[in-house]
Amino acid sequence: MAARLVSRCGAVRAAPHSGPLVSCRRWSGASTDTVYDVVVSGGGLVGAAMACALGYDIHFHDKKILLLEAGPKKVLKNLSETYSNRVSSISPGSATLLSSFGAWDHICNMRYRAFRRMQVWDACSEALIMFDKDNLDDMGYIVENDVIMHALAKQLEAVSDRVTVLYRSKAIRYTWPCPFPMADSSPWVHITLGDGSTFQTKLLIGADGHNSGVRQAAGIQNVSWNYDQSAVVATLHLSEATENNVAWQRFLPSGPIALLPLSDTLSSLVWSTSHEHAAELVSMDEEKFVDAVNSAFWSDADHTDFIDTAGAMLQYAVGLLKPTKVSARQLPPSVARVDAKSRVLFPLGLGHAAEYVRPRVALIGDAAHRVHPLAGQGVNMGFGDISSLAHHLSTAAFNGKDLGSMSHLTGYETERQRHNTALLAATDLLKRLYSTSASPLVLLRTWGLQATNAVSPLKEQIMAFASK
Amino acid sequence: MWGGRKLGSSGDWFLRVVGPGGRNTKAARPLISSAVYVKNQLGSTLQIKPGVFNEYRTMWFKSYRTTVSCLNRIKSFRYPWARLYSTSQTTVDSGEVKTFLALAHKWWDEQGVYAPLHSMNDLRVPFIRDNLLKTIPNHQPGKPLFGMKILDVGCGGGLLTEPLGRLGASVIGIDPVDENIKTAQCHKSFDPVLDKRIEYRVCSLEEIVEETAETFDAVVASEVVEHVIDLETFLQCCCQVLKPGGSLFITTINKTQLSYALGIVFSEQIAGIVPKGTHTWEKFVSPETLESILESNGLSVQTVVGMLYNPFSGYWHWSENTSLHYAAHAVKSRVQEHPTSAEFVLKGETEELQANACTNPAVHEELKK
Repeated sequence: MAARLVSRCGAVRAAPHSGPLVSCRRWSGASTDTVYDVVVSGGGLVGAAMACALGYDIHFHDKKILLLEAGPKKVLKNLSETYSNRVSSISPGSATLLSSFGAWDHICNMRYRAFRRMQVWDACSEALIMFDKDNLDDMGYIVENDVIMHALAKQLEAVSDRVTVLYRSKAIRYTWPCPFPMADSSPWVHITLGDGSTFQTKLLIGADGHNSGVRQAAGIQNVSWNYDQSAVVATLHLSEATENNVAWQRFLPSGPIALLPLSDTLSSLVWSTSHEHAAELVSMDEEKFVDAVNSAFWSDADHTDFIDTAGAMLQYAVGLLKPTKVSARQLPPSVARVDAKSRVLFPLGLGHAAEYVRPRVALIGDAAHRVHPLAGQGVNMGFGDISSLAHHLSTAAFNGKDLGSMSHLTGYETERQRHNTALLAATDLLKRLYSTSASPLVLLRTWGLQATNAVSPLKEQIMAFASK
Repeated sequence: MWGGRKLGSSGDWFLRVVGPGGRNTKAARPLISSAVYVKNQLGSTLQIKPGVFNEYRTMWFKSYRTTVSCLNRIKSFRYPWARLYSTSQTTVDSGEVKTFLALAHKWWDEQGVYAPLHSMNDLRVPFIRDNLLKTIPNHQPGKPLFGMKILDVGCGGGLLTEPLGRLGASVIGIDPVDENIKTAQCHKSFDPVLDKRIEYRVCSLEEIVEETAETFDAVVASEVVEHVIDLETFLQCCCQVLKPGGSLFITTINKTQLSYALGIVFSEQIAGIVPKGTHTWEKFVSPETLESILESNGLSVQTVVGMLYNPFSGYWHWSENTSLHYAAHAVKSRVQEHPTSAEFVLKGETEELQANACTNPAVHEELKK
């Protein structure tokens, strides 16, 4: 406890500003800046949803919230015919959060696709795992990021008396309060924007992505590394219209490739592969690209007889023990063509902040954790952060507490780190386990996947964890 | 430990500032003689087994802070001539003022010496809020206590005053210690909303009784009554400033062998973490005594519930056991003290009866003992 305290104070002091004493003096006079209860830095999916969650919270009716967004206000007057290539997989838990402040209704009125099953299989063996729900509940939703943003912006407008949104604004300086409370120094965080305007806030929420300025300014350590992979996204047209309610993912030795349903005839592609291959995929002509995608899903070139035999043996044993309910392998739809100009690549990495909170600071979303897209959990982890933090802040507000107090912020940190580190570790392990074609590991993962697929309680646990 | 030492020394200084009084001579007594005194106390009156004592030894390490935190409030209520301090301050040298400032600023250090008082808010704020909300038919979302006038007696640095203000109430915090009010005043001045809702005054309760008679919807005396020199007068004053039907909230330490062992013997005489003479066990108030005084002054006790501090987690918990700390809620009778018609008397009596029935079962159990 003491060590923790010291490290916090130490790091705050080491933060790159003009030094605690100086900055305290600087603000010692009675300042006329607006004092906000909460400032959310970063108006992306997670930041905007955070502002929404607080804006619609009953115990925040008397509070002032500010959302800072570097970009311009995006007005989505009418939905374009072509789908955006930036889509998110929204878990039922995230959908619950979005509906808690009314944004989900807007999404339902616009465009989204539910998927009821998920098939994950190995390129080096016959092993597969099939997630589905008996009662035909939705496992998740594929929604374009623009649609979510539009829904959030709409909901934010409805609470504009409580939530102020500043577009095209970027914080250039954060001044932290003294680590040791002084009588004549301001206890709030001071924010200076690029245009010179200043604000004060009782709690600063950093939702400014994996290169978080808030995290750096607070001096919070971040464990991170880049993967040797980039992700290629694209909007694909299927050869024929299908029910298209399955999310497909195949682990190739070079990285996972996923096909997510958008409509009866459209799917979204997320293909993680080596940087060179990714660059090649983006630049090659469309027909070649489509062939590459199809062969990635269909080719058995990486199979070896040994693994196939071993996998078949286990499958046979499982069949003896559990004669019924063998989920048959399904084949993904074949791809006919790719939307022009929908191919984009972005590098992948992992990151995790050592601390999510400091006095008067909390990190959410990618600012706190960055994850490989293979589990489709990135934005869901962010939304999970929001519901946890909003819940803790709401209780704090109803108890009349100072919103920036560590006593409830640590509650958020503990709750989320427990969930996020587990997911992060699992995702990283999967990425590594499937990035190889070495026989022993392939055998291990083949059997592991088959066994997991056979044990329904285990599968249900995984699904429950992933749909939070 | 570190905090304790530091505080202990500043506390010593405190008593010196406080000036003449019986306490001081006792504190100045040689160590040996007081040790003997302790032994006697332990042997004759308490008869505490060493094993039992050790169990609480660790616990006290943190909870002494709570006790210490009340130091500042002692002055006022132990010596009703509170003005003395403001005048005596001119004789204090600047070095000591600096020490004092250091302590007064610690009010708002959540992990500092007042940490237990900060975390006590997790219990006392909902306790006050929920009991007051029962009396408001429909409250505004976001500021549930809007429209309520609350008096926080012995507000110290404003640790409880500010949360109540944030809930929408207009609060007056009074404390006889000038520095406490300065700290509180300064701290709330940074929050424009609280700045409007909260008013602080350097005074004792007795001084504002007349001008604020029947003004407040609620009076809060948290960790105060164990320092009051004349409890009955103090509670009468609380009653006078309450509107009819208004609520009085009290948190304090019980008068039990346990509180003697932990509050006086261990922390003051043995470990020396709290300056000797900080607390007088005789001034601790048992729930029964408190209840009888309240009832006889036209306040009906609604709830008495125990509070326990876990020094390892740093959190307080509600408890059936009221033998250490407890919280009480009493309501001022709507009937005037001198009712004119027999109907009113009857009504008053039934109200009191009902109130007695509502009282926490723990109290009844204790009464049976």
